[in-house]
Amino acid sequence: MAVMNNVEAVRATLYDAMKSDDRTVLMGEDVGARGNVFLISKDFIKEFGPDRVIDTPIAEASIVGIAVGMAMEGLRPIAEIQFADFIYPAFNQIVGEAAKTRYRSNGEYTCPLVIRTPYGGGVRGALSHSVSIEALFYHVPGLKIVAPAFPSDVKGLLNAAIDDPDPVLFLEHKKTYRLIKGEVPEGHYTIPLGKANVLKEGSQLTVVSYGLYVHWALDAAKQLEADGRSVEVIDLRSIRPMDQQTILRSVRKTRKLLIVHEDNKFGGIGAEISAMVAEEALFDLDAPIRRLAAPDVPAMGYAEPLEQEYMSSPALMAEAMREMVAF
Amino acid sequence: MARSDTQMHPPLERHGLSDDQLRAMFRNMVQQRQLDNRGFQLNRQGKVPFALGSEGHEAIQAGAAMAFARGKDILAPYYRDLGLALGIGLTPFEILLSLFARAADHNGGRQFPNHYSSKAAGLMSFSSILAAHIPHAVGAALALKIRKESGRAVLVTCGDGTTSEGEWHESMNFAAVHRLPIVMLVENNEWAISTPLSLQMGQPEIWKRAAGYGMPGKRFNGFDPIETYQAVAEAMERARNGGGPTLLEGTCYRFLAHSTDDNDMTYRTKDDVAAHRKDDPVPRFEKILLANGVMSDKDIAAMRKDVLHETNEATDKAEALPFPEAGDLYKNLYEGAWQPWQ
Amino acid sequence: MVTTITMPQLGETVTEGTVERWLKKPGDAVEKYEAFVEVSTDKVNSEVPAPVTGIIRELLVQEGQTVATGTPIAVIDHEAAVGQSASAPPSTLSEMAHSANAEPVPGFNIPQSAPKPAAANGRSETAPPVHASSEVSLRGASPAVRRLAREHRVDVAAIKGSGANGRVTADDVLAAAKSGTIAAPTATASAAKGPSTYANPIPGTTIPLNSARRIIAERMVESKHNAPHAWSMVEVDVTNVWKWRAKEKDRFEQETGYKLTLLPFFMRAVVESLAAFPLMNAKFTAEGIHVNKDVNVGIAIGLATNLVVPVIRNADKLSIRGLAIAAGDLIDRARKNKLTADDVQGGTFTVNNNGANGSYASAPIINAGQAGIVTMETVVKKPVVTADDAIAIRHMMNSCLSLDHRVVDGYVASGFLADLKKRLEGMTASGSI
Repeated sequence: MAVMNNVEAVRATLYDAMKSDDRTVLMGEDVGARGNVFLISKDFIKEFGPDRVIDTPIAEASIVGIAVGMAMEGLRPIAEIQFADFIYPAFNQIVGEAAKTRYRSNGEYTCPLVIRTPYGGGVRGALSHSVSIEALFYHVPGLKIVAPAFPSDVKGLLNAAIDDPDPVLFLEHKKTYRLIKGEVPEGHYTIPLGKANVLKEGSQLTVVSYGLYVHWALDAAKQLEADGRSVEVIDLRSIRPMDQQTILRSVRKTRKLLIVHEDNKFGGIGAEISAMVAEEALFDLDAPIRRLAAPDVPAMGYAEPLEQEYMSSPALMAEAMREMVAF
Repeated sequence: MARSDTQMHPPLERHGLSDDQLRAMFRNMVQQRQLDNRGFQLNRQGKVPFALGSEGHEAIQAGAAMAFARGKDILAPYYRDLGLALGIGLTPFEILLSLFARAADHNGGRQFPNHYSSKAAGLMSFSSILAAHIPHAVGAALALKIRKESGRAVLVTCGDGTTSEGEWHESMNFAAVHRLPIVMLVENNEWAISTPLSLQMGQPEIWKRAAGYGMPGKRFNGFDPIETYQAVAEAMERARNGGGPTLLEGTCYRFLAHSTDDNDMTYRTKDDVAAHRKDDPVPRFEKILLANGVMSDKDIAAMRKDVLHETNEATDKAEALPFPEAGDLYKNLYEGAWQPWQ
Repeated sequence: MVTTITMPQLGETVTEGTVERWLKKPGDAVEKYEAFVEVSTDKVNSEVPAPVTGIIRELLVQEGQTVATGTPIAVIDHEAAVGQSASAPPSTLSEMAHSANAEPVPGFNIPQSAPKPAAANGRSETAPPVHASSEVSLRGASPAVRRLAREHRVDVAAIKGSGANGRVTADDVLAAAKSGTIAAPTATASAAKGPSTYANPIPGTTIPLNSARRIIAERMVESKHNAPHAWSMVEVDVTNVWKWRAKEKDRFEQETGYKLTLLPFFMRAVVESLAAFPLMNAKFTAEGIHVNKDVNVGIAIGLATNLVVPVIRNADKLSIRGLAIAAGDLIDRARKNKLTADDVQGGTFTVNNNGANGSYASAPIINAGQAGIVTMETVVKKPVVTADDAIAIRHMMNSCLSLDHRVVDGYVASGFLADLKKRLEGMTASGSI
């Protein structure tokens, strides 16, 4: 077992993938000579050559579109969008093309593509280097989305995404890149998409989260534990497919659900989870479902008070958890 | 067959094409027009809700298809490329399956008609979104390059309107940066539904953009299948041999409205269209073949009869097959079976 | 053969067309796809091609006349079969297609969602209160509290809440149920006074018939009067099914919220036996014995004051899981008095699960219009003699069949029962439910 942080886990996993399958091609802005702005692919180009580590022009639509064509033709491209905030020009290719390739050709053509991108705030990234984008894409049938929070999950899910015969959007929370360290098993392994992880068991409240916030939620839950309150924390890991059964099993046990995510509240991931739980487990709920999420403004501002108002904190999460347990 | 016809047409420059190949191109053109027309007939009979015509594109597509190496090259066409699809090996039966939206269609009846797809023939699946397929074609060409597969190239086509899309520009740029084995053939028929060239682009000669991207460009008469063949064959050979991409512009004209849902008399006149009809590539090439003794009137009549028969048989055969079932909606979204909330 | 051609729809929003010019006259020959008329609409002028090769028999519309889309405009005599009609899709998934491998979606015909629990259809009122007075106290109670209060017969009004602002929580209800301190007033307590009803019959009184009782009486008389009832019984070794159910029931209940009984297993065997013995899924009519195409199985549910038989339509297309969920939903709604008229119509065969009350054998009355009704009696562990003359303890269950002797004789009926028995005894755990 090695101990590494999230960015090291991405790097190590990508390296192994490049080494073991020469259909794997990395492409994006500054991924080659610069080795990615977080040094994830540092020196890859020296080992794998410019044919397999491609510094693309600044053209997000075609970074993804060209990768779609490569995937249709049998390669295993991994397209990087430098920051999730830059992904919008590629929306057409992700939603209209990659997600539909297998469906529109009735299985004759497929699109085994991975799109990786760093997202999320808390790094003073301001309006265009901090957004969360999962809600824009998780609506789309044909697309898969994962957002691991721990290094061991980063490796397992990235391997699974690379192996997946269908397009996967792999979200890397940039604040957790260096902040979160953990043990990562040696050797190649995958974690199946669509499986959440119960990080902490509890009986009085279910908290569902992902990304940076799952770490804060865990901190908050541990604070409550010290006060004798039992909170169950679930790390979604996989946004789509989403682990419906783990959520339902937990809610049927605790009867209370708090969803915590960094993204805006309206139409965020919490909205779908709330609707699903209300539909499937209404008679198990002993309190209204609650969502702790960002206020509905475009993004967090650069000034510190603005970023803090936008983002949550372990203390705020603990407060919400206490209220719900006491309800 | 009047000898005076040879005065109207210059002596035949074949660019190495044999009589058989010339006849094959002509048959392709006749078949394209016949099938094209069949779509409209079926629409008027109330049997298919939508048809989209390609009259005017017969020569450019027959010529390009002749330059395409079956089994090696890859085609990334658009929805007006009926002749190209036929020319690289799709059958009238497959075309009609998509018109009738039958379950046996390559796309399972999911796509609009004319959205051809055939892995076996090397025809890449595409959507209705203009220019979205161009980066895919570039990606396929990049794959050929990465795998060091010489002797193979990608032929990607589009109309004049598509060249305005951002993804078209990004694709051309990338292809030039990496000297990819790809030929971009623009079938300039002067109209993008109702938008004429003058409102579509500042530089009306599309081929001239090539210099801006850093690749060779050429323009040719898209009503002439032999001239088309010459231009496309040269560019494809260049691409196959590592010489990089080419931008080709074949000029032609869209004789019909955009589709059965369009009324082109709202934006152009019958006279405009009639003026261009004089250059209709099908009768034009017929005259050339007759004048040069490649085919006789009797040969041509027999060929037309054969094409009609083939079309009728294919129509009946496709029509008799079933639609997809309701349950088929759920198939082939992902590799595994569809489940709710997945 | 003769084909009538109608005015086609020449555009998405077009509703009529004008015959501009006939290109053929009666007696003329016309080829398939040859234009035979010019039609104009406000959007498009077109030549319409003929759908068949033949001779024009009659032109029904004059030149210049405007008619609605779909109006007959001409008649053509022809020899060959027309084939498919103009716009209807071919009716069967034909032998000819090399189309999508028609793998059946397991269990479901089409993945329509299984009937959801009642809450999902958006009705605001959910559970009927245990007793009139407790309805008031349930206002403001969470869904979990309502359900638990109903299930454990706890009067929420009488509990001191430990939740925020004195709210009664689910845990409070469970604690109260456990300690047995609070019990909701039961129906019998108030039965001493009040009128004599079917629910509370008072000796020495005559209870007027309500519509439910009247209908039951009429239907029972009709059935017994018209159908000569015969009866048969088999004894079934349900040990394997019992074990399978035991293995699956917790997970199934957790996943779906419904209890897993032997009923769906039994029903699965029944629909298969009905397929093998279609006369059991038939009805006697003046014209003859009508063998039903669909297999719509009713479940006889005896409630305190009523007998309802909601129907699972196309039950043969459901897996055991599908049947369990469908039955669970119907039984649930039957108990809450939330069945609709559609729910109780269209049945072609009926199953009666009698066993819960310990019945060993019963002779049910056939649902009028059906050929049979089959029961599940109680399951008893018994010593039985096995094939190699040893004694084993097995779970045994009788299954009784009342049959309409106008439709089936003992030959078919006993064949059906024997088949049912064989299927049930052969049901071993195969995968998860």
